[in-house]
Amino acid sequence: MAPVYQLANVTKAYSGRQILHINQLDIYPGEILAVVGPSGAGKSTLLRLLNFLEAPDSGSIYFNQQPINHQNVPLEIRRTVTTVFQNPALLSGSVTANLLFGLRLRGQNDGQKEVDEMLERFGLAALRRSPAHALSGGEAQRVALARALILKPSVLLLDEPTANLDPYNAEMIESVIRGINQAHQTTIVLVTHNIFQARRLADRVALMLNGEIIETADTQTFFENPRDSRTRRFVRGEMVW
Amino acid sequence: METISSGIIQGLKLFFSGDPALWQIIGVSAQVSGAALLLSALLGIPLGAVLGLTRFPGRRMIQALVYTGMGLPPVVVGLAVYLLLSNNGLLGPLQQAWIPKLFTVEAMIDAQVIIAAPLVIGYTMSAVGEVSPNLRLQVRSLGATRLQALGATLWEARRGVLVALIGGLGSILSEVGAVMMVGGNIDGSTRVMTTAILLETRRGNFELAIGLGIVLLGMAFLINLSAAQLQGKGH
Repeated sequence: MAPVYQLANVTKAYSGRQILHINQLDIYPGEILAVVGPSGAGKSTLLRLLNFLEAPDSGSIYFNQQPINHQNVPLEIRRTVTTVFQNPALLSGSVTANLLFGLRLRGQNDGQKEVDEMLERFGLAALRRSPAHALSGGEAQRVALARALILKPSVLLLDEPTANLDPYNAEMIESVIRGINQAHQTTIVLVTHNIFQARRLADRVALMLNGEIIETADTQTFFENPRDSRTRRFVRGEMVW
Repeated sequence: METISSGIIQGLKLFFSGDPALWQIIGVSAQVSGAALLLSALLGIPLGAVLGLTRFPGRRMIQALVYTGMGLPPVVVGLAVYLLLSNNGLLGPLQQAWIPKLFTVEAMIDAQVIIAAPLVIGYTMSAVGEVSPNLRLQVRSLGATRLQALGATLWEARRGVLVALIGGLGSILSEVGAVMMVGGNIDGSTRVMTTAILLETRRGNFELAIGLGIVLLGMAFLINLSAAQLQGKGH
């Protein structure tokens, strides 16, 4: 199966400091790839590149076998990929307005049916008219995920989606991630600190350290029989940076 | 004290009796400042947004010029526009349709745009700069085009943009130097509230001066009250 993303020799630096240096990374359609690693490893930068929000300094990124010129990514390609950030970043306005936002960007002004479905799925129906700024952290993150999923992206990028959430909200979000992947074969890249979450959700896991992909393997191999000594130490919970 | 109280009473009478002279002056003021604010908004909001959100060489220099423009003395603006538009000036002799003549409402509007636009640009720049970068990133991630992302950011910064417009309007509604110099305070044509107050005070005609002063204060109050209401609705 041809990869959705193919990254080769991708680098990114900020203020002269190299943040990312990926020799090779392939991401396959319909898989959940968890990217784990310590803070500052370059995981969020990787997501921004995968969402075409930033350009790499060098190297190539292919999306569905098309080379991507980050200065001019076609809108129809950009709109197949969506990110949910760790901070829900909701727009001012109601929960419903947030859910309708992406649809309206696409010229779809009548999305009430889809909104109702999402509100039901995420247990947000009672909050449909609530202002976004009045929501709890868990509710806000559920709105952020619903706002992304209503767009039916073929690739969903999740940056620590359950960090700082209570177990109820974290479990609900994990359940939705699993459900959307199974029902629609949505390709999901999940950045997480939580190796238990990676183990529960992912088909494959990649370890990032200092901007490099150290090892990528299917979930069982990654946790039970990793190749790299740093991966072995990481899954044992030892400091690896 | 008696002059003031009698002036207030007479001023209110003039206002509520629909005195044609007073209402004519109010109409010219509204026309000049309204048009100047509209033009300043059309120019200043997009420019302020671009300056607040994009990074390019020379941006700091432009920002410094905008901040300088925010403190321009109206009388200096009046002098500059006067020198540009006079028959011996830079633009006056060109005799083009788009170049207004001195002592016309159009010349007054141009002068007031020069006063208000930097304020609208500066406040808008600051307002959009305060919208969270995460939110801007999220909007793009949800599939916004550059223009849609700009619109969404401006919407999120709408309270600050409203402040920019109020600041711009306040600066031109109350200024006297520029409109006096380029408008000439011509009765029935370019006389506005501030220039009329000046003239009537010099003449000792305090009733009309106070009446206009009350209207000016009332307008400022109503504008700010409306703005406060709008801001409240955003919450």
